[in-house]
Amino acid sequence: MDIIAVMSPIIEVQNLRKTYGQTIAVSDISFDVAEGEIFGLLGPNGAGKTTTVECLQGLRQPDSGRIRVLGLDPRLEATALRRCIGSQLQESALPDRIKVWEALDLFASVTPNALDWHVLLEQWGLAEKSRSSFSSLSGGQRQRLFIALALVNNPRVVFLDEMTTGLDPAARRVAWDLIKAVRDSGTTVVLVTHFMDEAEKICDRVAVVDRGNIAAADTPQGLITQHASEVRVIFTAEQSDLPWLAEIPHVQRVTRKGPRVEVEGGGPVLALVAAALVEHGITPSDLHVEQPTLEDVFLKLTGHSAGE
Amino acid sequence: MRTLTKLSWIEVKLFIREPITMVFTFALPVIFLFVMGGVFRNVPDPDVYRGVGAVDFYVTAYMGLVMLAIGVVGIPVHLTAYREKGVLRRLRASSISVWSLLGSQIIVSFIIAILGAILIVILAMLVYDINLPKSSGLLIPAFILGTLCFAVIGFLLGALFPTTRAAQGVGLLLFFVMLILGGAGPPREVMTGAMRAIGDFTPLRYVILILQDPWLGFGWHEQASLITAGVLVVAGALSARFFRWE
Repeated sequence: MDIIAVMSPIIEVQNLRKTYGQTIAVSDISFDVAEGEIFGLLGPNGAGKTTTVECLQGLRQPDSGRIRVLGLDPRLEATALRRCIGSQLQESALPDRIKVWEALDLFASVTPNALDWHVLLEQWGLAEKSRSSFSSLSGGQRQRLFIALALVNNPRVVFLDEMTTGLDPAARRVAWDLIKAVRDSGTTVVLVTHFMDEAEKICDRVAVVDRGNIAAADTPQGLITQHASEVRVIFTAEQSDLPWLAEIPHVQRVTRKGPRVEVEGGGPVLALVAAALVEHGITPSDLHVEQPTLEDVFLKLTGHSAGE
Repeated sequence: MRTLTKLSWIEVKLFIREPITMVFTFALPVIFLFVMGGVFRNVPDPDVYRGVGAVDFYVTAYMGLVMLAIGVVGIPVHLTAYREKGVLRRLRASSISVWSLLGSQIIVSFIIAILGAILIVILAMLVYDINLPKSSGLLIPAFILGTLCFAVIGFLLGALFPTTRAAQGVGLLLFFVMLILGGAGPPREVMTGAMRAIGDFTPLRYVILILQDPWLGFGWHEQASLITAGVLVVAGALSARFFRWE
């Protein structure tokens, strides 16, 4: 028997619901997270992602639904649970005058299996800031400190809520690599994000959250294949009229913007378009294909873009 | 336990790094000591100051004042700021318990109260030639009871105040009302009846009495110690009821 198949998920969520007065933050959400994966909750602000993870961390009481994290019920066993998980929260802070190393040292003290925080300081680019006070850190430095604090107790599951907000592009890439390394060392990662590229690049599986519900959940590639299988073939051509393009099998739409031609279609459309172009004596040097992204999936599933 | 130790040590350092609380806890009592000592000297007068010298009277009153500053200004402002900014949320998510939080505040209170008391006594000894405590054995439990009482009052106020601004405003008001009417200001003998009545409602009055009596050789003030313990228990129960993380 396949060992992976019998392993129960490290996080189970069934029919989670949470309302604040008249506002439905989470309508009905169910998903499982397998041990050792990076699981993304992707959606616009206000979709219910943060409320969902706060229920998982035992920071909020859900109205209904069943939650198990590491086999524990966050409603009843929150304290035991929080020792085994790491959390990077939105809207949290440290005392203004606490020093970076003091915070790490304090948060490491909650468990005997904590990581060496000196290593985390190096990894997250904070070594030079070790003796600086929290209030003197830049937004990006604070964010990196919060991620390091989420990891310092060597958690089995780490929740990262909009972890790259405030990071510059280079720091984002470093953060992605480090989070993948965290996953490779055996820690399960739950990543809350509204960045499509982030979810696509580092998540093993993604749940698309919209208005308190999960619209779809799969691997990023699986979502793309299933919900946005069309590719865009793009090239420039001087000829003004190319009526035969639309006749090519699998082509669904042709649009022109000046000399730029975009051909949308599915399956082997690239090869067919390329062959037809050569046949008609057109050999553009800029012929290329754009694969659909999670952004396209998101638009299709929710009818609006993540920023809206 | 390790977390409690670390958190307490960090909190002591944070306390010292915060200039405003340092002023209230250390500078104000010292200024009062020199103002009152300069005006009234340390000559016993049977009509005021319970028949002892003014500085002998005020030494223990200002020990109580340090405890008061911790309890109505230091801890409440600190805790409400923590809640407002999301520090409590952050601590809670990392499984730092309310007991570690409360415990660290109590430990900080003791360290600051002891340092404040030493400072006041040394200065009073050097400048005013005060009498040393008559019964140190009774002074120690009184000191512990008084410090605990105000630490827990601080925790309760920190749970009740909705914002840091409210904590600062109301905290300062409580501080000055208690300071003036609770036994660290003008001598009770010259106050009006109404002033004395209000003074009787301030915990500071009883904390000062339990400190003052052993120091001056009047023994253990049983009634005041019971009231102080009662305030401690009630404030503890109420803060358990009203404490919130966010």
